[in-house]
Amino acid sequence: MLRTEEMLLNVGPQHPSTHGVLRLVVKIDGERIVEVEPVIGYLHRGTEKLAEDLNYTQIIPYTDRMDYLSAMTNNYALVHAVEKMMGLEIPERADYLRVIVMELNRIASHLVWMGTYLLDIGAMSPFLYAFRDREQILSLFNELCGARLTYNYMRVGGVKWDAPPGWIEKADAFVDYLLPQMDEYHGLITGNEIFVRRTKGIGIVSQELAIQYALSGANLRVSGSDWDLRKKEPYSLYDRFQFDVPVGKNGDLYDKYLCRMQEIVESLKIVKQAIDQFPEKGTIMGKVPRVLRVPEGEIYTGIESPRGELGCHIVSKGKDKPWRLKFRRPSFYNLQILPTLLVGESISNLVAILGGIDIVLGEVDC
Amino acid sequence: MKSEDEKKEAPRAKARPSKRPVTKKEEVPLEPSPKQPVLDQYVTLIKGAVGEQAVSESHINREAGHLPTIVIRKEDWLATARYLKRSDELSFDYLQSLAGVDYASYFEVVYVLLSMSTLQKVMIKVKAEREEASVPSVSDVWAAANWNEREIFDLFGIEFTDHPHLKRILLPDNWVGYPLRKDYEPLDKEV
Amino acid sequence: MNPVLVMGPILLLFVVLGFVTMAILFERKVIGWIQMRPGPNRVGPWGILQTVADVLKLLIKEDIIPSKADKPLFKLAPAIAFIPAFAVLAVIPFTESLQFSQFAVGILYYLAVSSITIIGILMGGWASNNKYALLGAMRSAAQMISYEIPLVMSVVGIILSVGSLNLVEIVEAQKQVWFIFPQFLGFAVFFIASLSELNRTPFDLPEAESELVAGYHVEYTGFRFAFFMLSEYVYVFAMASLTTVLFLGGWNAPFGLTMIPGIVWFVLKFLLIVFSLFWIRATMPRVRVDQLMEFAWKVLLPVALFNILLTAVLQEVPYLDFLYRL
Repeated sequence: MLRTEEMLLNVGPQHPSTHGVLRLVVKIDGERIVEVEPVIGYLHRGTEKLAEDLNYTQIIPYTDRMDYLSAMTNNYALVHAVEKMMGLEIPERADYLRVIVMELNRIASHLVWMGTYLLDIGAMSPFLYAFRDREQILSLFNELCGARLTYNYMRVGGVKWDAPPGWIEKADAFVDYLLPQMDEYHGLITGNEIFVRRTKGIGIVSQELAIQYALSGANLRVSGSDWDLRKKEPYSLYDRFQFDVPVGKNGDLYDKYLCRMQEIVESLKIVKQAIDQFPEKGTIMGKVPRVLRVPEGEIYTGIESPRGELGCHIVSKGKDKPWRLKFRRPSFYNLQILPTLLVGESISNLVAILGGIDIVLGEVDC
Repeated sequence: MKSEDEKKEAPRAKARPSKRPVTKKEEVPLEPSPKQPVLDQYVTLIKGAVGEQAVSESHINREAGHLPTIVIRKEDWLATARYLKRSDELSFDYLQSLAGVDYASYFEVVYVLLSMSTLQKVMIKVKAEREEASVPSVSDVWAAANWNEREIFDLFGIEFTDHPHLKRILLPDNWVGYPLRKDYEPLDKEV
Repeated sequence: MNPVLVMGPILLLFVVLGFVTMAILFERKVIGWIQMRPGPNRVGPWGILQTVADVLKLLIKEDIIPSKADKPLFKLAPAIAFIPAFAVLAVIPFTESLQFSQFAVGILYYLAVSSITIIGILMGGWASNNKYALLGAMRSAAQMISYEIPLVMSVVGIILSVGSLNLVEIVEAQKQVWFIFPQFLGFAVFFIASLSELNRTPFDLPEAESELVAGYHVEYTGFRFAFFMLSEYVYVFAMASLTTVLFLGGWNAPFGLTMIPGIVWFVLKFLLIVFSLFWIRATMPRVRVDQLMEFAWKVLLPVALFNILLTAVLQEVPYLDFLYRL
């Protein structure tokens, strides 16, 4: 047996497949990975510290920049926690708008994941197809709130902008468009022998391991757990909709792919139902004091973001600014398991497994 | 601006503790929380398994959806954590959130635990003094605590004893100070 | 000295360079269409000068050699990679009259010379003193050597049928039937192996940009990088020509359409192959390195060997032997 020297390989922070500024210090023996140490913090902006000097409305745009692929859910995580602490009533129309944009954002986020994941594995075209469809969601958001990525759409007590005339119909048309479109993706990717061989049986996460590392989102659900906060701790209006939580069997990358693809379909179902139930008239802002003083106390609320459980922990001392604001960022939790998954794999699987976790570095580093 | 704020804050901070128990006393007897028996059960179980001294406080956090909240003495925290995870009645196997809080006079490390089998939640708090703050690490109980403890160490300077790899995670290794402490002086005040 | 012998290769070089510019544009256009975008369209009408601009940019770029690189090897590597790519064109017969040398062992020459490029790649990867480059170069060497075996084996069926290694004779043997029909297995193996030899998707592991950033040429810029790219596309030219010659009947016209000159047929068949290379690139993900090796040794090689056996057996079958004994 030939003895070879181990080699230290620096992957990132500028590498096409680390999805941002993640750095991995990888020790490899040939192409086998012996040890991995993720180095994060390149995008740390101190959101939590900044938030302590800002009032609650001012914090909302900062949340946009954490998980920039799904800013709507981030907005919601914050305003939901504040509303719960203040015991505010949200007008129904605003709540429906929130659900619609959150689910559309989930779809957009999963489409980006699907596209970039296939790009990691070496297929170019699905990326552009995914972006073509995501573009329509971004256009819808653009029309709704004037931004394509950092929406700053939600406010404590409601939403900032009402749906412009015809917007709901456009959203409805988009749902009708995307549902059959999913077949195209499945035709292009799901049955592809190379894709299946690169993902099946790779990066397996057992349920026990997933819970031990507090994974959430699709990362947890592939291992067989049906943990979805929209079902388990329904917030907003999620108890009014019929939808399933896709669950994986093997916990491998292929299941993650199928799970997320199915989640797109389920989100489309929710959007469809929300549009059907959408109230014709109504206000979009509840009765909210001009200065938001959150009563003294402490709260932790979690919502289901596309990446997993996005939690918001607020400690308030009764002022208009939080004493301590902490976000439980799903990517941060999900990334932790990476070294465990990678040891013993080959370099080519590194990219596949890392991509499968679906991290957003803005969120990891916060 | 800032100094003015601080001046204002100081007397209020003193006034508050005396005010709050009064309102609580008015409310609590009126509508006992539905989670009160659950909390009592947790407290008895922990006291039975770890010791009477382990639980220093407990209450129901009403704003957070009647979340049972238990303050554990930091010396008993590791044993309590192991018990919470492994006992069959509780089996809090999922670390939902881990946050550090600086209360200006002491630190608090807040754990939100969840049991995947019973779907029960509990908030555990462990207090640490400000000088040479340290809390036992629970990263071998919940693997998810590993990076979170590093983050709290990074931003608060709370030492987690027996942590396998305690070093800064978000900030560069040569950073001076702990930004999320309330007395943190930023290098450049304009920022 | 015969002026044709001197001018011919120079002319061919310009034809090849013209092809490379067009091929790169064509590739980007085709992939653009497949991905529902227009592709390059800013430089010149229909973006026709895009590659010219790109090459110009590469040529006037600063020539950077990493300070820790092995300088002589680093400089030599692109040349070593490129020269064989051009040298193999010598034996390709484009039409009855347009050919440069009538080698008796044309195929052998092609396969032998083309494998010299591996040394250039390996040198470049090693000399760069970069870990990604080294990994890419090692992958490249392993991959190209492994796939050369099924590539050679898949051609043996044709050689058995024709009884010659001369490419001109092979083309002439396809007057009636192109070898793609009787040698379909051979064609499949040859095509897949040639994709791999060309380092093209789904076998583009040596330069897998999402894993190894750019593989063996990660440290190269400017005209040295251009040379690596050039040799890659010249190989596309050479390999597509070879496939045309071996399996698609070279300049032979199908359906007796002989009024169209042979060169047109050759170009059409050749473009078909080139197009399918681009088409595959836009559709397929990349295989993993161990699966790649597995595929070469466990699938392609046995199939190629079976093809040889089949050819040998079918030569003895009455009524079918006209396809296998030419």
